[in-house]
Amino acid sequence: MTSSLLFNVTTLAYMASMVVFFAFLASKNKAIGLTGSLLAYAGFAIQTLAIALRWKESYDMGYGHAPLSNLYESVVFFSWTIILIYMFIELKYKYRIVGAFVVPFALLGMAWAQLGMHSGIEPLVPALQSNWLLYHVVTCFLGYAAFAVACGISIMYLVKARSEEAGGGAAGGLMGMFPPIRVLDDLNYRAIMIGFPLLTLGIITGAAWANYAWGTYWSWDPKETWSLIVWFVYAAFLHARFTRGWVGKRAAWLSIIGFAATIFCYLGVNLFLSGLHSYGSSKM
Amino acid sequence: MATTNRSFAQALWDFFCSLKLTISLLISLALTSVIGTILPQGKLPPEYVASISPVKLQIYSKLGFFDMYHSWWFILLLYVFSVNLICCSIKRLPHVFKFISEPNLVLGESQRTGFSQKQDLKITASLDKGREALAEFLGKEFSVPVVTEHDGEYHLFAQKNAWCRLGVYVVHLSILVIFVGAILGSLFGYKGFAAIVEGTGISSIQANNGAEIPLGFEVRCEKFNVTFYDSGAPKEFKSILTVLENGQPVKGLTNVRVVVNEPLSYKGFTFYQSSYGQATESSDHTFSVQARSGGFSDRLTLREGQATVLKDGTTFKLLETTADIRQFMPNFSGPAARIEVTPKGGVPQTYIVFKDFPDANAQRGDALQVVYEGSNAKMYTGLQVAKDPGVWVVWLGCTLMVCGLFIAFFMSHKRVWIVVSKGYARMYGNASKNQAAFQMQFEELSDKFKNLKI
Repeated sequence: MTSSLLFNVTTLAYMASMVVFFAFLASKNKAIGLTGSLLAYAGFAIQTLAIALRWKESYDMGYGHAPLSNLYESVVFFSWTIILIYMFIELKYKYRIVGAFVVPFALLGMAWAQLGMHSGIEPLVPALQSNWLLYHVVTCFLGYAAFAVACGISIMYLVKARSEEAGGGAAGGLMGMFPPIRVLDDLNYRAIMIGFPLLTLGIITGAAWANYAWGTYWSWDPKETWSLIVWFVYAAFLHARFTRGWVGKRAAWLSIIGFAATIFCYLGVNLFLSGLHSYGSSKM
Repeated sequence: MATTNRSFAQALWDFFCSLKLTISLLISLALTSVIGTILPQGKLPPEYVASISPVKLQIYSKLGFFDMYHSWWFILLLYVFSVNLICCSIKRLPHVFKFISEPNLVLGESQRTGFSQKQDLKITASLDKGREALAEFLGKEFSVPVVTEHDGEYHLFAQKNAWCRLGVYVVHLSILVIFVGAILGSLFGYKGFAAIVEGTGISSIQANNGAEIPLGFEVRCEKFNVTFYDSGAPKEFKSILTVLENGQPVKGLTNVRVVVNEPLSYKGFTFYQSSYGQATESSDHTFSVQARSGGFSDRLTLREGQATVLKDGTTFKLLETTADIRQFMPNFSGPAARIEVTPKGGVPQTYIVFKDFPDANAQRGDALQVVYEGSNAKMYTGLQVAKDPGVWVVWLGCTLMVCGLFIAFFMSHKRVWIVVSKGYARMYGNASKNQAAFQMQFEELSDKFKNLKI
């Protein structure tokens, strides 16, 4: 059994979970909803195993490093963290249907990684040979994942708010499955409350690592700058919410904008801008 | 006049205390920061200068876009942000302190109606007995209450984590502490570079602004070594460094291994492995030559481009050498040389000979067997050097920020009041955050409360 086989199974499980969640939306059958969750959980368990196996495989090849070192590995890990944060929100707040809007993000990541990326295990260049890699990547991606969940919830909010406006009052039918918009608004805020301290930790561990490796904790590298931009956006979100009562639609849009900035920070910087984080390049 | 001044000062104060300003600043900082990630910073590459119109180039450099994060207006934004932070905190902190130090011990009639969390209890015992029992109950189940008598009623007030209302101000303070650390670093710190040739030492470094900074001690590079993976990707850059004081090696800092991610620190200066190269262009290269027939053998020492005539009349010329052949021939590694051999009266032939693969040299079926024995070329190690006395202040700020965020987001100020009257008592509660979690806690408390026999 190889990790790449297990990653394929994971992708299938997330796809099945998404389809079942959509069926849940249409049928409102509780058993179907449970199946959707269980499929996502099963996918998560298999993915956990696959990541551990890939870690071991890298040791077998003599490279020996955590599977967090290139774009493929980071996208896989990102989708793992998205499901992790979703499970946390689902188990804590008991709103299963959120999965219909969050699992697709994880599926998208897995499908892209499996279909479009080189998945070979490569040795670590000198700059990445540090335990800080683990601390930095884990904190950053948990933060990103919380923002992804907040974005999914915000989309739900906007869909439900629009249908309520059109229908005049609380909507039945498909929308009846969604949590009340007040709850969605609150969940959006809670997910960001998880993500913001994690992003902060991610930036700090990155700065500590840079200081340890280069003697400069901050050098305005595009990746660093974009992480700060994301931080500013969510800081603005929190202030607008706490003190100026930005709730509902405006908060939902700000959350979606924040996630767009997050994705640009994660992928856009690597693909369009040059800097220290060009994954896979041999730059020191 | 005085009133105008007063109102101007007031207006200025209100401006800097405003949260609209905070949000505008956060968004301005986010938007302007983007510029520096799109436009190149620092030294402009010539291709970029060629691709942009001169007018644009002039406008951009006038606006400081090529050193964005040190431009006067970006720094100004950061200063205004700091002033805004300080003013907001000064304005709000006294209220928060008052809230914590002078809690609302007595719940007035009008306040009582506003609670969503409440619970009643019938009391048969006397007022004093009831008060004592309930104070004991709160002390045991929640936290020790303050008891106040008011209008013939007893008000029991108990709270938890009142200080967590300060969490957000800890975060604000932490940002200022980080700024102070950054300013300290920029005023009293250095960033520089040192290149040390194997076997030699340096006692000063070249700062990034071009100045020569004396270290006050010497750093010697004993040896430099680079290793590669099979794929050709670099595996490790390693310098062996020794620190010397007055020409004497410092104990514990002799032959220290310095690699990327494992720097060497001494007296506030830290040395980071960053680059390497060959120190001398014109070094001597040694070859051993043996005639296949066993006729003669020879050792040659040549520089690049030099030629010599062997005993049998063959002309031997060294064309070029490399410290690592892998970039040209992925199947081989290590030092190699390209040579041109011209037998007497024959045509010139060029070969590549290796240092670490003598078999590959021998397999060539020529009259002469040539082995490259290497050169006396020295490597130099490139070290980033940094001295930053503000860095600990920055880490202190970061720690404060993480603690502050944790307190501000995940801790909640919980308050419970019990109003004890003759014949009955009523319990109220609220929390500053996470009402859902508090509701569960309050319900648990209510269950115990309503089953009390007093």
